[in-house]
Amino acid sequence: MYCETNGNSVAEVSLELVTKARSLANQLKVQVEGILIGNDLKGLEKQLYAHGAQVVHKAEDKRLEFYQTLPHTSIVCRIMEAEQPQIGIFGATTVGRDLAPRVASKLKSGLTADCTSLEIGEHYEKKTDTKYENLLYQIRPAFGGNIVATIINPDTRPQLATVREGVMKREELDTPLKGKTKNWNVEEIAGKDDFVVEIIDRQVEEKKVNIKGAQIIVAGGYGVGSRENFEHLFKLADVLGAEVGGTRAAVDAGYIDHDRQIGQTGVTVRPKLYIACGISGQIQHRAGMMESSMIISINTDPNAPINSIADYVITGDFSEVVPKLIKYYKKNSK
Amino acid sequence: MKSLKIIVLAKQVPDTRNVGKDAMKADGTVNRAALEAIFNPEDLNALEQALSIKDMVPGSEVSLLTMGPGRAAEIIREGFYRGADDGVLLTDRKFAGSDTLATSYAIATAIGKMEYDIVVAGRQAIDGDTAQVGPQVAEKLNIPQVTYVENIEKIDAKSMTIRRRLDNGFEIVKTPFPVLLTVHSSAPDCRPRIAKNVMKYKHARTLTELQDASEDYTRMFQDRPYLKIREMGVDDIGADNEALGLSGSPTKVKKIENVVFKAKEAKVISADDKEIEDLIVELIENHTIG
Ligand SMILES: Cc1cc2nc3c(=O)[nH]c(=O)nc-3n(C[C@H](O)[C@H](O)[C@H](O)COP(=O)(O)OP(=O)(O)OC[C@H]3O[C@@H](n4cnc5c(N)ncnc54)[C@H](O)[C@@H]3O)c2cc1C
Ligand SMILES: Cc1cc2nc3c(=O)[nH]c(=O)nc-3n(C[C@H](O)[C@H](O)[C@H](O)COP(=O)(O)OP(=O)(O)OC[C@H]3O[C@@H](n4cnc5c(N)ncnc54)[C@H](O)[C@@H]3O)c2cc1C
Repeated sequence: MYCETNGNSVAEVSLELVTKARSLANQLKVQVEGILIGNDLKGLEKQLYAHGAQVVHKAEDKRLEFYQTLPHTSIVCRIMEAEQPQIGIFGATTVGRDLAPRVASKLKSGLTADCTSLEIGEHYEKKTDTKYENLLYQIRPAFGGNIVATIINPDTRPQLATVREGVMKREELDTPLKGKTKNWNVEEIAGKDDFVVEIIDRQVEEKKVNIKGAQIIVAGGYGVGSRENFEHLFKLADVLGAEVGGTRAAVDAGYIDHDRQIGQTGVTVRPKLYIACGISGQIQHRAGMMESSMIISINTDPNAPINSIADYVITGDFSEVVPKLIKYYKKNSK
Repeated sequence: MKSLKIIVLAKQVPDTRNVGKDAMKADGTVNRAALEAIFNPEDLNALEQALSIKDMVPGSEVSLLTMGPGRAAEIIREGFYRGADDGVLLTDRKFAGSDTLATSYAIATAIGKMEYDIVVAGRQAIDGDTAQVGPQVAEKLNIPQVTYVENIEKIDAKSMTIRRRLDNGFEIVKTPFPVLLTVHSSAPDCRPRIAKNVMKYKHARTLTELQDASEDYTRMFQDRPYLKIREMGVDDIGADNEALGLSGSPTKVKKIENVVFKAKEAKVISADDKEIEDLIVELIENHTIG
């Protein structure tokens, strides 16, 4: 497990993946080990122990304040060569998708991109009459989200995968493990050549919206028609304690900001309730929301594709329906 | 300052963004034939970055490199129309079935036969969707990579200053040459075709395409050598057969499922006040809201 950090804590995606790794490791009867790289990592390993990592490999160095491709590649490869894991997992984030391919190329092992699910299974190869047990099934959408492929990596180790944010559930253990830390000497692993690319400036805006963590999402599509009309959705979100999201078409049309985009090229969400207003439900959008526990679709077209995955279909104009939802919610909630 | 040699990696892909009704076969599999073959969108952003470097450093040369079947020569022609100076089609049966590791090995081996200061790739192809080929080519060439490039801010004899997109912000980095860049879709769109170039290159062909062509073409080739698109195969790049195609690909596809609507029985409601109130009450009672 390559674990990302953001300042003072381990990234949410890495904790989701440690949680997942724990259940895979249980099945395989192996250990979960995390890799933490940074300048001053303080006690971050404790967060990993709390989610099920038994060993944490730490690489600390002044030069590693921010993520950089080359030193991280050298460090991860050195640790993996020494520890010989069966499986190596990275978040499918800007960092993970920059790092993992480089690591895979160096280790000459197969890498599956952007997985949405991981399972353990077997495989029989007819050509060589070989039976493989305990392989990692790496399940991922491809082809613009139109297909879902199960990929395996029968002969090379580690079996490498990047996994999308938000698709695995994060769960702390009741009692954290008493893990072990192993420190690696960065001076020895990453030389001058690894620091030829210099970071000159870095501007990171705190994420203002947190649709990923929202329990209820009110989402709007191109059918909402304008930025002003989106105000209806913001009002509904406000009374329900929800966040507002949107489709790519709505973002492209300027109705809503890009950081609220849900779907294949936006964020993946799995809220308790998803209220889709004026959304047709193309595959690329559904890819980011179809695991919502409950879906309500408000659409003037009774045959909108999204209706086929909805639990409730309200056939009508959202600008009429949404105010009614607000009104009757206020009336009936205490 | 000395001129630069720039190689653009571009892939021909089926247009998966506009998957219509006929794009699925009766058995539920993807009907590739119904999808138009296009220039991978982010590779057009990559071409634009290369051409803008050429604007900044006059005398620089932009070459396209594409790996694919014979029809991918179209990518090279499109590159010429928009201002590329040269192009190579990397094609061989032995490349078929390559995963990203085998693909990047083939591409890096071909690049090794060319001169370059900068390699520019797209971030991601819209069919395989992995975004792995760029970083893997960089690793095989043993050069640094700068991913998610949005803009080249400055360029001098020894280095380039680049803005790259992050999840929630950006980063400015300075890199020496040689380097590989992968370009993000938020970078500027590619400049349009240049009418003069379209006239000049519309008859550009590979030798393979020429073999099916008429006598006229053969003569035109002799008169205008720039119309010949170079092809390279496994032997030309001196690649190891074992590292190519299926045998060089550690990942295997075990199963493919088409994403079909999992039809659920939905409860259909009208916009009528009574029905909406009933729904709200039900959602409050089962603790979905409230
Ligand atoms: C749905 C699906 C999922 C797959 N997933 C994986 C995976 O995860 N990992 C994996 O390793 N493999 C995977 N494959 C295996 C597959 O055999 C190829 O790796 C993949 O299809 C090739 O990429 P492509 O389809 O994007 O491009 P295509 O358009 O099929 O072309 C890709 C490659 O074919 C080669 N090619 C074809 N004909 C010629 C020719 N005449 N001359 C030269 N080159 C030629 C080119 O080199 C080109 O790069 C998958 C295949 C499919 C159909
Ligand atoms: C459904 C499906 C799933 C797949 N899953 C995987 C997987 O998980 N892991 C895996 O290793 N392989 C996988 N493959 C195989 C992979 O698609 C092929 O190896 C493909 O040739 C390159 O990967 P890509 O399309 O993802 O390109 P990307 O890595 O997304 O491409 C990035 C950039 O590299 C350059 N580039 C890529 N291919 C070429 C080319 N042929 N010619 C010139 N430039 C190029 C372009 O600049 C492009 O913008 C899969 C294929 C399919 C069809």
